[in-house]
Amino acid sequence: MKYALLIYSQTTAEEYAGILAATRQAADTAHGPWVDYTRAAREAGVLAGAEQLTHSETATSVRVSNGGQVITDGPFMETKEHLLGFYLVDVEDLDAALDWAQRMPAHPGQTVEVRAALSGLPWQRALTE
Amino acid sequence: MAAGPDGVAGATRLERAFREEWGAVVATLARRLGDLQAAEDAAAEAFAAAAAAWARDGVPPNPGGWLTVTAWRKAVDAYRAGGAQTASVDPQLLGQVTAAPAADLEEQAMTGTLGDDRLGLIFACCHPALAEEVRVALTLRFVAGLTTREIAAAFVVPEATLAQRLVRAKRKIRESGIKFGVPPQHRLAERLRSVRAVVYLVFNEGFASGGDGELIRRDLCEEAIWLGRLLGRLFPEDGETAGLLALMLLHQSRAAARVSADGRPVPLAEQDRSLWDAALVSEGVAVLDRALTRHGPGPYQLQAAIAALHGQAGSFESTDWAQIALLYGALARLDPSPVVEVNRAVAVGMADGGLAGLAVLVPVVAAGTLDQYGPLHAAHGFLLEKAGYPERARGAWARAAEFAGNAALRDELLRRHGDPL
Repeated sequence: MKYALLIYSQTTAEEYAGILAATRQAADTAHGPWVDYTRAAREAGVLAGAEQLTHSETATSVRVSNGGQVITDGPFMETKEHLLGFYLVDVEDLDAALDWAQRMPAHPGQTVEVRAALSGLPWQRALTE
Repeated sequence: MAAGPDGVAGATRLERAFREEWGAVVATLARRLGDLQAAEDAAAEAFAAAAAAWARDGVPPNPGGWLTVTAWRKAVDAYRAGGAQTASVDPQLLGQVTAAPAADLEEQAMTGTLGDDRLGLIFACCHPALAEEVRVALTLRFVAGLTTREIAAAFVVPEATLAQRLVRAKRKIRESGIKFGVPPQHRLAERLRSVRAVVYLVFNEGFASGGDGELIRRDLCEEAIWLGRLLGRLFPEDGETAGLLALMLLHQSRAAARVSADGRPVPLAEQDRSLWDAALVSEGVAVLDRALTRHGPGPYQLQAAIAALHGQAGSFESTDWAQIALLYGALARLDPSPVVEVNRAVAVGMADGGLAGLAVLVPVVAAGTLDQYGPLHAAHGFLLEKAGYPERARGAWARAAEFAGNAALRDELLRRHGDPL
């Protein structure tokens, strides 16, 4: 069963830019908590994907209504918590997914939302045909 | 439910037997189907079929096995019938269910060697990924076999609200992949804690009620004890699980003495101890003794030990208050809470006098976090009186009445200590 581990943070766009700059300049890129975590998930054979996103302040939304489509600056919803990244893990059940969520080296103030992915839907056949 | 041949008692016994089987059948199907809704539907059909078939042909030698096999066949039929048209049916599961040979299940069910899946069901119903009130409702519905109507009445919520809550919970269990099984070792302690908390919540909900016209709520105590016994059988080695059962038995032993004939609550000091249920006291003490020899005592065992000292005391005055104060001290170290301090203050007051008790209580009063907790003010009034300050006690009693948990208790406090208005 696949689960998305969605990482939410209250980090502002300015803070996030600073953190990213520091991360890229770090001398030792072979280690660090997130490197270790990702490696562990991959070696356990559960990692189905992972991405880190730009800040939601930079998002562009395509809003669809009966009148047509409108492109707007900003995320779908303005909130204090921003979705900054996710891991996709393929594990046995919710307990195992929660294990991986709890192993994440997330900071205080961050929230990891665990969401199961649906399977067996018609459109999903097109993914592998 | 069909009445037994020997009248009301027979009906009650049959009903209880049905409900025990209900949990077992739902558990077995839920584990195999991974879906509580489908398990519930199939079990309900099997029970309806049993009522008809058993009245006609008599009760089969292995009723549980009969019900399980019948329910399984109903589930397979339902999946076959609904599979093609119903969008909500997971095709993978459909294939699994209709292809799975039921032979192993039938053989195990009929020879009585079917493992007990109820433990897995309890853990799923009490999963921390579910909201606490949802855990309670699920456990009462699927493990204890209460109807939605009964649970709604007990918790004073509209039946439709409760039914909706259960529907959402069943969907969450299915879609989020909450497994019907015993959790892995590294999660067992945490998950068992959650199960115990749910059972004790059910008990307290019943115990805190009281007064007349709340029969259904008082039944919750019986349900909780039944769950506690089941848990004890399924987890015989766990000290805190035994401690919880002992605690509930010992509290329940005083049920008849807690309320007067005219429905007024009777404080522990004035209870007619001849009304205490001696069998429940000795069972509670025995369960606790066995638990205490196994492990370092946790909060439930400590509370049960306190209840046991009360249960074995000849009178309020001759109770071993010094020992009770020590036990509350140990409890406060394990599980610090101002509520525990309130109880410790009363015990210290009984052991060493009102002033000693006030020395424990005054910081709790001053902290203000329990301002709206009636028992704090009752303890304050009691200790002030005991220390020789009846005038000051009056204000505390007034506040105890103001924040009483139910109308019967408020009326009684006002009757005893005067209406301040």
